[in-house]
Amino acid sequence: MIRILIVLVVLCSGPVQAEVKIKTLTSPGGIAAWLVEEPTIPFTALEIMFSGGAALDLADKRGAAYLMMGLLEEGSGDMDAQAFAAAQEALAASFSFDVYDDTVSISVRFLTENRAESLALLKTVLTQPRFDPEAIERVRAQVLSILASDAQDPESVAGATWSQLAFGDHAYGASRKGTVSSIAALSRDDIAAAHAMLFVRDTLFVSAVGDISEAELGPLLDNLLGGLPAGGGLKTAPVEFAMKGGLTVVDLPTPQSVALFGHAGIDRDHSDFFAAYVLNTILGGRGVESRLSAEVREKRGLTYGVSSFLVGKEEANMLMGQVASANDRIGEAIEVIRNEWVKMARDGVSQSELNDAQTYLTGAYPLRFDGNAKIANILVGMQRQGLSTDYINTRNDEINAVTLAKINRVAAELLQPDALHFVVVGQPKGLNEE
Amino acid sequence: MLFRFLTVLGLCLPIQAVAQVSDFMLDNGMQVVVIEDHRAPVVVQMVWYKVGAADEVPGKSGIAHFLEHLMFKKTGNLASGELSDTVAANGGSDNAFTSQDYTGYYQRVAADRLGLIMKMEADRMVGLQLSVDDIATERDVVIEERNQRTESTPGALFNEQKQAALYMNHNYGVPVIGWMHEIEKLNFDDAIAFYKLHYAPNNAILVVAGDVTLEQVKALAEQYYGVIPANQSVKPRQRTQEPPHRSARRMTYYDERVAQPYVSRTYLAPERDNDDQKTAAALVYLAEIIGGSAATSILGRALQFDTQKAIYTSAYYNGTSLDDTTFGLIAVPVPDVSLQEVEDAMDAAIAGFMKNGIDLETFERIKLQMRASEIYAMDNVQGIANRYGAALTQGLTVSDVQDWPQVLQDVTTEEIMTAAHLVFERKSSVTGWLMSPKGDSK
Repeated sequence: MIRILIVLVVLCSGPVQAEVKIKTLTSPGGIAAWLVEEPTIPFTALEIMFSGGAALDLADKRGAAYLMMGLLEEGSGDMDAQAFAAAQEALAASFSFDVYDDTVSISVRFLTENRAESLALLKTVLTQPRFDPEAIERVRAQVLSILASDAQDPESVAGATWSQLAFGDHAYGASRKGTVSSIAALSRDDIAAAHAMLFVRDTLFVSAVGDISEAELGPLLDNLLGGLPAGGGLKTAPVEFAMKGGLTVVDLPTPQSVALFGHAGIDRDHSDFFAAYVLNTILGGRGVESRLSAEVREKRGLTYGVSSFLVGKEEANMLMGQVASANDRIGEAIEVIRNEWVKMARDGVSQSELNDAQTYLTGAYPLRFDGNAKIANILVGMQRQGLSTDYINTRNDEINAVTLAKINRVAAELLQPDALHFVVVGQPKGLNEE
Repeated sequence: MLFRFLTVLGLCLPIQAVAQVSDFMLDNGMQVVVIEDHRAPVVVQMVWYKVGAADEVPGKSGIAHFLEHLMFKKTGNLASGELSDTVAANGGSDNAFTSQDYTGYYQRVAADRLGLIMKMEADRMVGLQLSVDDIATERDVVIEERNQRTESTPGALFNEQKQAALYMNHNYGVPVIGWMHEIEKLNFDDAIAFYKLHYAPNNAILVVAGDVTLEQVKALAEQYYGVIPANQSVKPRQRTQEPPHRSARRMTYYDERVAQPYVSRTYLAPERDNDDQKTAAALVYLAEIIGGSAATSILGRALQFDTQKAIYTSAYYNGTSLDDTTFGLIAVPVPDVSLQEVEDAMDAAIAGFMKNGIDLETFERIKLQMRASEIYAMDNVQGIANRYGAALTQGLTVSDVQDWPQVLQDVTTEEIMTAAHLVFERKSSVTGWLMSPKGDSK
């Protein structure tokens, strides 16, 4: 009954188009960038991304990229950490440095009034980091404190256990934050080496959204990034997803168990990717409207949240999910999830589920583009994935092109109940390791 | 040095709002705020009820939040879950939230779907038709939510104990999600009674933000909300207030899951009041000066840089609250420093600040950052909508919200010191240590 009503609503309302006018430009010095001019608010959001991240850490230097990124605001040029902070606060600019397995990124916000000064300050971070011994020890202590807390946190323990089982000795199998012993052993040279390796021109992607013109942006980018070494050529080592189906329990004293589950996934460039993407939306990607949530939360009250998601790394893909239930109920939650996996692999989805998911995804897409920082972030990701600026206009067509026959073929191929592995952290009752 | 002159430049920045804000009142007493931002074809509708966890009666903790969950069930016109399904089928997202002072519901959709979501939100304002079956399952969901947010996190349990110790007579001492033994007993009658008493147009505020015009919102609001009669049983909120605090409190919470011990002190502090926001504005500066930036704040400089006794320090203050709020300090010691030692260092740093006063350069930098944060805030229209909804359910007016950035710019160093003397009163504070039973207290 409910579904019929929804279809009627949907039929009378087509999705809106995202109106994002992207300019592609190459600066006088040869830096490529995407720009959206949005002059209504006097600031600019700038996203800078470099391919190559924590997975490039050497096996005995795990955590080097993470520690290095934590040190970027701790002194550069002729400024120590306190002088740098004072300078940044006086400009009211914000720099956020993030490290992932396959990328590092810098998210910048600066006011129109002091653009050049803000980027001149950021430039010192990229070209003249100090890595003062006191700063290294200060940030090293912070990382060790974070590692100690992670070791007691059910979600972090589940994530670390999952990665280790899936990828073993490969960098993906280790925490990008490193280990207590690897962090303790990192030297200033290791940190400087990570900086020199990751911030290079050949792996660079840039997008800017805000109160800035093409003519203004180009020279600013040249000044900021033109001095970086060419570099590049380093890639994450290939790896096989090694986990077999089963169940792993990690004992941790907590009243609620946290479980991660899943198996191998699908590449972003695969011709079935969009079908898999819609499939995951129906399975567990769409909040309380998904099948997993309907069965585990709405019907049985076994959890506050259950979800599934596609994970795409440079060298590995996974279809994963997460759930948390009281220790005496997690067993039932896992059973329900396994059954849903079997059911969807065997029977696929219905035409109305497919229609609903397509309408949801195509309607939600333009709603992502509502803020300078959000748009800048999307644009830099598109560049790294090798998409064209036109992708924004064609992406919904790809979603709508997924047919019932295709999505159900993909369901049978992608969902592998026998390969499904659960990592449970807590003190679950009545669960046996497999 | 290079950057100092910019401070002066920065102060001349205009705060020119892209968002045009207007408000009006429906005949049934429902207030409406419209925030126009035409950058993207998106709209956010929020309905804020002037009722929160602190309005619960004794023994029924968690009922405000439990009802928030139940509001997604069946109504006279909508099947259970249909509102969220319909929003999602239109590409939108929806959710809800409960605090001590308010309960809010929101949807974010393409701007041309505003009528659709208004119709559904208005429908559940008075049309909820709960069934007894809804209660048991959704109560289990809430129990798992408490497990996830609170029981699994030593820091959350610590905060809960600390808050309970600070508020001796006010409901702010009871957690929003409720105590577990009371959540387990919440029933159908409790939910219905709370709903009938508090959910009505004359106890609600509608905030619509995004690519809409005042005229559009007016017409739709009158059509959907304007027809719901006011509920005369809605009474002004009356809460038990704090008596004078005469004794500083101390507590230690031991939990074997604690990997990183820390000390936290919470002081009772005045909130932003209608037409009197100056003290609160001074406290916003005080929090920044004491613990805003690791490298330049009082605690950061003294504990993280000069003596290197702490890994992390912070000071925080949130002035938007209906009744007395809190001002907090946190210090996380490095491995070889005890909680007593880091607490003493924290107190010494504050005492030094009280004696030496405010560094003028720091003050000017913070002032510029407050001004800049207004510019950055305009990038997020939902954030602006939140400001109005929270303020209007917590005793402030639209003009208080609009005055606030200027009130912040007008704060003087003298006012900050006066506020510091007011708030740093140990008798109205709780000092808590969070630690593992294994860790010695050195």
